[in-house]
Amino acid sequence: MALSKEQIAQRIAREVKDGYYVNLGIGIPTLVANFVREDIDVEFQSENGILGMGPFPFEGDEDPDLINAGKQTITALPGASFFDSAMSFGMIRGKHVDLTILGAMEVSQDGDIANWKIPGKMVKGMGGAMDLVASAENIVVAMMHANREGESKLLKECGLPLTGVKCVKKIVTDLAVLEIIDGKFHLLERAPGVSVEEIKRATEGDLVIHGDIPEMKI
Amino acid sequence: MIKKTVANVQIACEGIADGMTFMLGGFGLCGIPENIISELVRRNIQGITCISNNAGVDDFGLGLLLKKHQIKKMISSYVGENAEFERQMLSGEMEVELVPQGTLAQRCEAARSGIPAFFTPAGYGTEVAVGKETRNFNGKMYVMEKAFEADFSFVKAWKGDEAGNLIFKGTARNFNPAMCGAGKITVAEVEELLPAGSLDPNQIHIPGIFIQRIFQGQQYEKRIEQLTVRKRN
Repeated sequence: MALSKEQIAQRIAREVKDGYYVNLGIGIPTLVANFVREDIDVEFQSENGILGMGPFPFEGDEDPDLINAGKQTITALPGASFFDSAMSFGMIRGKHVDLTILGAMEVSQDGDIANWKIPGKMVKGMGGAMDLVASAENIVVAMMHANREGESKLLKECGLPLTGVKCVKKIVTDLAVLEIIDGKFHLLERAPGVSVEEIKRATEGDLVIHGDIPEMKI
Repeated sequence: MIKKTVANVQIACEGIADGMTFMLGGFGLCGIPENIISELVRRNIQGITCISNNAGVDDFGLGLLLKKHQIKKMISSYVGENAEFERQMLSGEMEVELVPQGTLAQRCEAARSGIPAFFTPAGYGTEVAVGKETRNFNGKMYVMEKAFEADFSFVKAWKGDEAGNLIFKGTARNFNPAMCGAGKITVAEVEELLPAGSLDPNQIHIPGIFIQRIFQGQQYEKRIEQLTVRKRN
């Protein structure tokens, strides 16, 4: 069975380690916060200007001056801090953030990523994604393996306008966990009940399969 | 003490004219200069170039200016929340320059700080870098980005004093500080305008030197764009 969005987030949460400052993108990445182990210390950074972001507020406690990068109302945890956008991206460009988790429309086997524009159709803008992917050393992409038409989103080359080049290292999809090494997708894990053959068929880019591929633990 | 206080938004906006470039603070609808935006709508200033991270929503924030076709060009990083924006952009009625968010903030801060240009890795190898100088520093490629030039910076703060010192609240800080002093004239609207001496100098986020005019804002709506809550047990 292919993973649900929650399960993708659950699997990615295992990439979050003790002592990490983590930036979560909009969509599936936002869900990751719900699945991080409780026995480790992690701080979430939202690029609009908070470190130590907490869960959504209780009904009635919402504060219009306290939102995340998705414009959702949030809370600040003990030890949180606020800062301006220039400092926020100083943290990001200066590699002070340990892990960046973001969504993608396409990823290439060279680690290129596209997630901000479909020419003539959808132009929402890149937001902070270009800054994040250009600087972060540890980027995990959360995405569906194929689009609604069943076409692979893990490609030899991206067709859509790029967000960044040669930056993605790890990808978690509804079908698999993959790593990009030397210009190829390497299959690390498969979703429970999903065969290597299925993953091969859903991957347009070069896919390296070494030995037995274990099922993901969720 | 050099006094920066003006009586109201009308006086604070003196000198604005058609065709000017304005910086406007805020992230989404959080920390936007609501009073000033209303004044720009009321005066029907035309042909504006707006430097602002977002473009508001259809019926609030910069969306109010969009609806009246007052904006000639938007310089933003993310405009996804506004259907009218997307329509005007795709139809070519409005010019749009999309800028990575960190680059947008830094281009403001550079303008404030007398730095004409800087190098950033953001956008290297993408269409954002087309036509721009690129350079290798320590084995990594960077794109040269230039400081913005703006006629006015319009910012919103939580508290301010007569000297123009500002304190922001929560994530309403966002782009406001970097825009202070980045335009030729910076106008700050505040929720609470206090006499000099009321604010602890240790707690000031932006010193008054960057502010030319400050006024007490009225009737803040502070609309929430995405209300997300947990149920109480």
